[in-house]
Amino acid sequence: MSVASSNPSEKPGMAAIAAVMPRAEAFVIPVAALLAGLLVFSLFLLALGKSPVDFYALVYKAGFSSAFSWQNTLSRVAPLLLAALCVALPVRLGLMIIGGEGAIALGGLAAAVVGTVVAGAPSAIGMIAMAGAAALIGGGWIGAVGYLRIKRNVNETIASLLMAYIAIALLNHLVEGPFRDPASLNKPSTAPLIDALRVGDIPIGISVHWGFAAGVIACILSWVLIERTTIGFAARIAGDNMRAAQVQGLPVSKLILAFCALGGAFAGLAGYFEVAAVHGSANGSLVAGYGYTGILVAFLARHNPLAIIPVAILLAGLEASSGLIQRRMDLPDATVLVLEGIVFVILLLSETLYGRFRIFTAAYWVQK
Amino acid sequence: MSVSADIGLWGVPLAILGGAIRVSTPFLFVSLGECLTERSGRINLGMEGTLVFGAMTGYALAFETGSAWLGVLAAAFAGALFGLLHGWICKFKGVNDIAIGIAMMLLGMGLAYFFGKPYIQPVAPDLPSIPLGWWSNIEQVQSALQINALFIVGALAAVAMAWVFKSTRIGLTIRVVGDSTDAARAMGLNPNLVRLLATAAGGALAGIGGAYISLYYPGSWNEGISSGQGLMAVALVIFARWKPMNCFWVALLFGGAGALGPALQSVGVTQGYYLFFAAPYVLTLGLLIATSSPNKAMEGAPGELSITK
Repeated sequence: MSVASSNPSEKPGMAAIAAVMPRAEAFVIPVAALLAGLLVFSLFLLALGKSPVDFYALVYKAGFSSAFSWQNTLSRVAPLLLAALCVALPVRLGLMIIGGEGAIALGGLAAAVVGTVVAGAPSAIGMIAMAGAAALIGGGWIGAVGYLRIKRNVNETIASLLMAYIAIALLNHLVEGPFRDPASLNKPSTAPLIDALRVGDIPIGISVHWGFAAGVIACILSWVLIERTTIGFAARIAGDNMRAAQVQGLPVSKLILAFCALGGAFAGLAGYFEVAAVHGSANGSLVAGYGYTGILVAFLARHNPLAIIPVAILLAGLEASSGLIQRRMDLPDATVLVLEGIVFVILLLSETLYGRFRIFTAAYWVQK
Repeated sequence: MSVSADIGLWGVPLAILGGAIRVSTPFLFVSLGECLTERSGRINLGMEGTLVFGAMTGYALAFETGSAWLGVLAAAFAGALFGLLHGWICKFKGVNDIAIGIAMMLLGMGLAYFFGKPYIQPVAPDLPSIPLGWWSNIEQVQSALQINALFIVGALAAVAMAWVFKSTRIGLTIRVVGDSTDAARAMGLNPNLVRLLATAAGGALAGIGGAYISLYYPGSWNEGISSGQGLMAVALVIFARWKPMNCFWVALLFGGAGALGPALQSVGVTQGYYLFFAAPYVLTLGLLIATSSPNKAMEGAPGELSITK
């Protein structure tokens, strides 16, 4: 990027631009990467003789055009929001957790089991107990990953992946064995929740359960925690430079533990809402890949909890449109997965662009 | 002449042995591929995508051409392309190689399901297997020792890779690049090129592992074909301490653990099926915890590897 010949600082408003541009980089580059990904996918469709215009029009139609399509989209958002936080929070401390799926599975199972125990209690207490159990198990599961990292320097990516497999095996074992409802014949499940313990819809006219609201609140709270509290400030310093943070006496180990546990608790809550609002019992359906889509959401949002909300809605809308795309364009259901993969790869590739464009530096706009 | 003898509980270890050999082959190829990649100092977490895409390509080509071996070749080629893409992207500054792996996994699975849709119904030719149990007249022994040719290829590949690392110039080059980028540069080597080629070759091996799944065991193509063998590659290599011969034994161990559940089921033990299935993961996690240390990098790990640094 070459510097403009005239001196821009003489013009009014340049100081304001200079203040905005360094922050704009974190918005412009991912959006450009997203558009580049959509473009590459368009070429992919064209090469197969399909119309990208039709494709994107159908995504809009099925995901975002009417009350019904919004309902279809928003009802898929909750687990994506909560699973993305399980990635985005530990990443702030430099830990890359990819096993959120395990916390979702065990969180859902814990909620369902507690649900059968508290069936006689007032429903508010029962719900809190269920959600609490899910958050506790999820938080403990991912917290353990953080603990292993602190105590023994065990790589958290591999450990969380292994633990996800173990969690899924535990879920399958327990719903087929000790916690199996004898009435569930074809699909082994825990006993169905009583109606009083089911989570209902938000009263906004369309059928979207409270998990969506909980997910949005969790994102907002996480943002406040990271951007507006001293704990978040310490975490950001530790994430940037672990050594420096330790030298300054910041409680790095406690921060790692807390952020892992919090992320895991959110993933556990995702399992709770899947059980209490969607399935009504815990079974193999809990393992639906939300933990892995959550990784994509977190990276697309550049681990900013507020950005997770629109990104999750966008991806949920895309996945909601899968059926219509299959029927109308005669494309396989994996089309959405191909698009997600292309966008994800290009987005990560764009990470190399940060700091390369001088227009994103204040110095470019305000010259001496 | 084969007789179905009642060999009682002896059937269990035999079934485990046979199952271990059958189930271990994809683990073997994918871990050898990951081992080669990591010894050059790069991690490829996307082997699952490569494996699934290899399974699809192998099956599709075997169906179209009528030759299972052409399918294996095509799977290796497709795997190499994925490795090249992964290696090319990873060379850019600021790119996170772990995250790229996850993205490539998503892309590989997406493309495999996308292009594999028409091949779910057709039946492709199987890979041949060699009846090494001919000396016995007990049916269970014969079936346990029905060894697929690719298993033998994989075993030979492990021996060959160990020899390459130990005694050849190529092996030395890969090891130097994997242990220290600076030292490699000082020797006049091009670390990015070495890593690119190692990642591509590693991808080719993972592709062959995928072809085994779709062309021999279970021997069909569908979207649930992989049970995470590719995802486990990284853990397997840690377990194997980055040594090709250990990859062979670890793959057999994982295969055997996977075969434990079905083998016990065949004699009426149905409890804990899923727990047996999880046994290798518990074992790997335990080993990971036992051998990690807060003070130093893991023993045997290449110096430039991002996950153990």
